[in-house]
Amino acid sequence: MRREFPAALALAALLIIVAIAAPAFFRASNLADLALNNLPALVAAAGMTLVILTGHIDISVGSQFAICSVTAGLLAKSGVPIVIVILGAALAGAALGAINGTLVARAGIPSIVVTLATMIMLRDALRWVTEGEWVRGLPASFQWMGLGQSRGGFALTIVAMIVFAALAWTLRHLTAGRQIYATGSNLEGARLVGIHTRTVIASAFMLCGALTGLAAVLNTMRFAEVQSNAGMGLEMKAIAAVVVGGAAITGGRGSMLGTLIGAALLGVAGTALAFLGVNSAWERALQGAIILAAVATSGVLRDRR
Amino acid sequence: MDSLVRTQAISKTYGGVRALDAVDFELAPGEIHALIGENGAGKSTLVKIITGAVRADSGSLEIAGQSITEHTPAHAKELGVAAIYQHPALFAELSVEENIALALERSTAFTRIDWTERRRIATELLARVGADISPQTEVGALTGPQRQLVEIARALGADARILILDEPTAALTHRETEKLFRVLRDLRTKGVGLIYISHRLEELREIADRVTVLRDGRLAGRHSMSEVDQPALIRLMAGRDLSQVFPKREVPIGDVVLETRTLTVRAGEIVGLAGLIGAGRTELAESIFGLAPGASIRIGGESVTLTSPRDAIARGIAYVPEDRQRNGVIPDMPVSQNISLADLASVSSNGFLDTTRERATAAALISKLEIKTPSPDAEVATLSGGNQQKVAIARWLHTKPRLLILDEPTQGIDVGAKAEVHRQMVELAADGVAILMISSELPEILGMSDRIAVMSKGRIAGILDRSAATQEKILALALGGSNS
Repeated sequence: MRREFPAALALAALLIIVAIAAPAFFRASNLADLALNNLPALVAAAGMTLVILTGHIDISVGSQFAICSVTAGLLAKSGVPIVIVILGAALAGAALGAINGTLVARAGIPSIVVTLATMIMLRDALRWVTEGEWVRGLPASFQWMGLGQSRGGFALTIVAMIVFAALAWTLRHLTAGRQIYATGSNLEGARLVGIHTRTVIASAFMLCGALTGLAAVLNTMRFAEVQSNAGMGLEMKAIAAVVVGGAAITGGRGSMLGTLIGAALLGVAGTALAFLGVNSAWERALQGAIILAAVATSGVLRDRR
Repeated sequence: MDSLVRTQAISKTYGGVRALDAVDFELAPGEIHALIGENGAGKSTLVKIITGAVRADSGSLEIAGQSITEHTPAHAKELGVAAIYQHPALFAELSVEENIALALERSTAFTRIDWTERRRIATELLARVGADISPQTEVGALTGPQRQLVEIARALGADARILILDEPTAALTHRETEKLFRVLRDLRTKGVGLIYISHRLEELREIADRVTVLRDGRLAGRHSMSEVDQPALIRLMAGRDLSQVFPKREVPIGDVVLETRTLTVRAGEIVGLAGLIGAGRTELAESIFGLAPGASIRIGGESVTLTSPRDAIARGIAYVPEDRQRNGVIPDMPVSQNISLADLASVSSNGFLDTTRERATAAALISKLEIKTPSPDAEVATLSGGNQQKVAIARWLHTKPRLLILDEPTQGIDVGAKAEVHRQMVELAADGVAILMISSELPEILGMSDRIAVMSKGRIAGILDRSAATQEKILALALGGSNS
């Protein structure tokens, strides 16, 4: 059985329940809102998938997201073309990811410790630099890419989907993708076939940073200002999507498709409760339960092998 | 006086392999009894049965006069059995006295610790083994020999009457060995029985009273140490008929492919690398494969310094490591992806994988090596050990190597798969590949090699030609004896 299957099944079941009990959920406007709200977490989760596949974790993506958001906001205000804003934020993210990657791969410090430290440091450095000020008055040409809310929202969704599809294709069809799986599955074994495992791990962190930067830009475009505390809790959403999508937290197993399904399941579960008339306080509890169920299922699947 | 340990016709089979076959063993109080044999002769299985780690399939076991039916490690401990392995099982972050107390004290989680009493006991036990160590020292800060003494002290504290020592002097200097021997002799006078496993035959005469020799899981002999000399022991360890048939055939030997300071391997040649576990064979292989920094070797007449496996692969070197489950294959990956992994460049262009080509080359190798797999997409973890090993070899045939290093290529695989691996080795040699084969199985070494390099204590002790090599000569070199 494919590892994505349990999450896909759960998603299908949930959609069927919602379709029967609250068909209003499937209104185009609601679906568009749902997609837009979950875009940043989804793109960050794509980066997280790469890191988790190598057998590591990056809990600093929320802080990276905040820095990249402020970077994007400042670049946008300076009036440079949108392409430059996107590249700038992605580069900022890549640089932050490279720091994590270097510390993990070269210095051999466990990734949970490295990224815990950078999570705190980056967040506080940003607070110190911005003094808590928001970046306000983003130009209208930047918001929604200057296309207006509905068309712009559609454009953002398309961009995210293209990036996601490209990554999914890359993991399957580039030697780089194969090397990521090999490294996460058996580090020493990968090294013995001549894979530069350190480079692979460092690159995964760097790409994760770049994708977090992209997520930050896509998010920033939705608002008129940038909060300096953006991205709080993003790391948990991203990791949850990857794990629910069937990836092994120990590395080597998982897929972009799985992460997409995981993000969709968690996103739909949250909104669906409101449509089913359940108190929204239960949203987090349900998401937690989904994560536990996902881990338990993969544990059962593993034991059966 | 009654025996401390007595086994009669004890047998143990692991997945079709007879590890012990009707072995009789006996340990008397106040005796140091040496237990010797080649790698895989059954020494550790016998020890595991005595310590309760594994259960014998048949035969009887008596410890301290009690007939044992249901044996467990806890039960063995109660009867006074203690084993001290090469790598001491101590807690590095705890102090010496805490380590000793953990083994001795019987208390619940909420018992108040009597630190004074703890220290008194630890000090007394350390004194008994002549160890000049403060009980408060963290074990992590001790040297290897000191840890060994702490383990012995701990065993004594638990009233051990049967002490098993596995290669206790392997890492000791001459002086430390002397000191350990004094401790052991002292224990002997107090009636403790010691089972002493060692590959250092020369020291047995000095320390052991009797010796039991195991060979292929059978008892090869039990003698009083004064009746046997070293060559006789070697004969007992080796004396075995070469019943297995090897497909080795003569092929033309070409140019030198690999040249290190002490070893050359030519195209078409199979060089066997023999030696005991820990003699440095794997380390030598790893240094040739670029895993030990800065090893200088000559490949095809060219001097190179290899710094990574990638370097080595680029020079046409392939390495199938020991312990394939862990390092030889990526168990979670499909067979086809495992086969292409060392040579992704050949199934891709500019980094884009050509999965059709990948599957085709994998399929070709699967049929060439007769790998039994439901499909090229099956995960390697689902295959049998022999077939996993063939995947590990197939991966390297993919790279078309000049030099193939095989580390224990047939360890733990069944007879049929073994013969196929041997047949493939001969085919490769006929194609002009230079092969360096590490093996602990002497029949395999003798049956497959053109020349045999024997390692001992980290260096090559001698090189024997196929025609001149015998099990006795190899063992004598491996044991570092002077009579070679």
